[in-house]
Amino acid sequence: MARITLDHIRHAYGPNPTSDAAYALREVDHEWADGGAYALLGPSGCGKTTLLNIISGLLLPSHGRILFDGNDVTNLSTQERNIAQVFQFPVIYDTMTVYDNLAFPLRNRGIAEADVDRRVREMLEIIDLSDWSKRRARRLTADQKQKISLGRGLVRNDVNAILFDEPLTVIDPHMKWVLRSQLKRLHKQFGFTMVYVTHDQTEALTFADKVVVMYEGQIVQIGTPAELFERPSHTFVGYFIGSPGMNVMPAQIDGSAIRLGNETIALDYAPNVAAGDKVELGIRPEFIRIGREGMPVTIARVEDIGRRKIVRASLAGQPIAIVASEDTELPAEPRVRFDPLALNIYANSWRVGREA
Amino acid sequence: MEKTWNNKAWFLVLPVLLLVAFSAVIPLMTVVNYSVQDTFGNNEFFWAGTDWFDEILHSARFWEALQRNLVFSFIILALEIPLGIFIALNMPKKGLGVPICLVLMALPLLIPWNVVGTIWQVFGRVDIGLLGHTLAALGIDYNYVRDPLDAWITVVVMDVWHWTSLVVLLCYAGLVSIPDAYYQAAKIDGASRWSVFRYIQLPKMKRVLLIAVLLRFMDSFMIYTEPFVVTGGGPGNSTTFLSIDLVKTAVGQFDLGPAAAMSIVYFLIILLLSWIFYTVMTSHDADA
Repeated sequence: MARITLDHIRHAYGPNPTSDAAYALREVDHEWADGGAYALLGPSGCGKTTLLNIISGLLLPSHGRILFDGNDVTNLSTQERNIAQVFQFPVIYDTMTVYDNLAFPLRNRGIAEADVDRRVREMLEIIDLSDWSKRRARRLTADQKQKISLGRGLVRNDVNAILFDEPLTVIDPHMKWVLRSQLKRLHKQFGFTMVYVTHDQTEALTFADKVVVMYEGQIVQIGTPAELFERPSHTFVGYFIGSPGMNVMPAQIDGSAIRLGNETIALDYAPNVAAGDKVELGIRPEFIRIGREGMPVTIARVEDIGRRKIVRASLAGQPIAIVASEDTELPAEPRVRFDPLALNIYANSWRVGREA
Repeated sequence: MEKTWNNKAWFLVLPVLLLVAFSAVIPLMTVVNYSVQDTFGNNEFFWAGTDWFDEILHSARFWEALQRNLVFSFIILALEIPLGIFIALNMPKKGLGVPICLVLMALPLLIPWNVVGTIWQVFGRVDIGLLGHTLAALGIDYNYVRDPLDAWITVVVMDVWHWTSLVVLLCYAGLVSIPDAYYQAAKIDGASRWSVFRYIQLPKMKRVLLIAVLLRFMDSFMIYTEPFVVTGGGPGNSTTFLSIDLVKTAVGQFDLGPAAAMSIVYFLIILLLSWIFYTVMTSHDADA
């Protein structure tokens, strides 16, 4: 188990990157705690897998260093880093039995056969494939194969970290849930550092202690699920996390008030915004109350999603989404109120905090 | 999917059936016809029954030629398959080297077989050939016209030069289809170079290797042109393979009956051995 330090990591796949856009990974400088469960969340092509491969040593970063427990491992091979990684698509050794597949990483490291046997049996139990141990791996279904891939990563209990690269993509929804809770349990039991790449926010939020949101090759926020929800530090986080995403509207700051078209909302602090910054107001649909008081809106349509409904409306010419409970009455002249504690002010897409 | 019977489908395969009939079935039947008859020319035929088969199967000449074929095919497979795998493993997977290697590999395959024979016939000659002359200058007594072993070595090396590329190209195609994740997973599992080959590359190449082994077996078992051009079956009968013997019997001696019987036996042997190869090599797929 190890603390992972990413020291000013940058990576470009091309040889001579000239602009920021040429970097798959623009700049990552963070420290991940020993034994933490981190989820790397972001859209396709945001650099998640690149970062993961840099950590595991499959890729050498163009710039920067990577440290495990303070030791520089940048130039060490994957084997020397002692990392386990599970890939998006199942990788199994076709010609081996299920048992031998799980024993493979242990035998390669010269572990005594008695020990191998004990650990493989334990792992077979955990991934629920005990009955299949003598079967050839090639005949299994996709999710059984992926369980073997997971098992091969987890069977080594001395690894510095286990990295998962969207491992549940090929698994069907029911199994996904089962495997995810098993992973969580194993993490509690063994306490390994765990990094989990996904583009599925539910997966990230339920799985990780800390979610690392990536966007266009950089980390835009690391936080607990609650922090990401309540105080998204970048408009992208607001938009990406939550369903529907955060409402982000262009606005102007006027001392300690914010102006939205003709409407003015008073704040109890003066946000620190420089002249010429692109100022936006962000508020989650869950924190807008619709009723007879507040700012007038025009309702465009209402989507019923079971116990709640999503009201699509426009406020001062801006489209907004509002989440209301099922039995909320929509008045003829609807008006909305924002929860003052849930307001987020953004300057050039980055959140301007109360303290700033 | 629902299976539907539509007899019109037979019309669609009719052209192919006709083509195959003219190119294979009818000639084969002609051979069968010859094999049970005797002729002294004048288009007069006499019924011979199974006499020719009897004669062939009891002639030492036939068995010796068959033995040469089997030895030759065995040597060819033992050399070309491992060598082909080895070259394919070491070929570049990306960059400018790929097209260069592919073209270099394809070159021997593009040369007509009799030209290959001629190239080596000249190449190995002691008086004017680069190889033969160089070996002679080095004090090595090499002469494929006189020495049976030298003749064999020449024919084998020629075949390796000519056909290893085919194995390389097939294996290469199998290798490039392996996703990167397999190699990455192997690295993470701490697999050695040998384990990567044994558990990833070899299993993934199995299908193309099966094709390579079958093709190389059938082709080497039917070898004719190259040894005919280089050694003409000699010295003595040392490089007289079944095909060469067959041509000598049919075209040289005009013994159409025995030659036809021999063709059929030869054909059945290839069919049988190919079937055995195929069954043995695919049997691993069946057990799970």
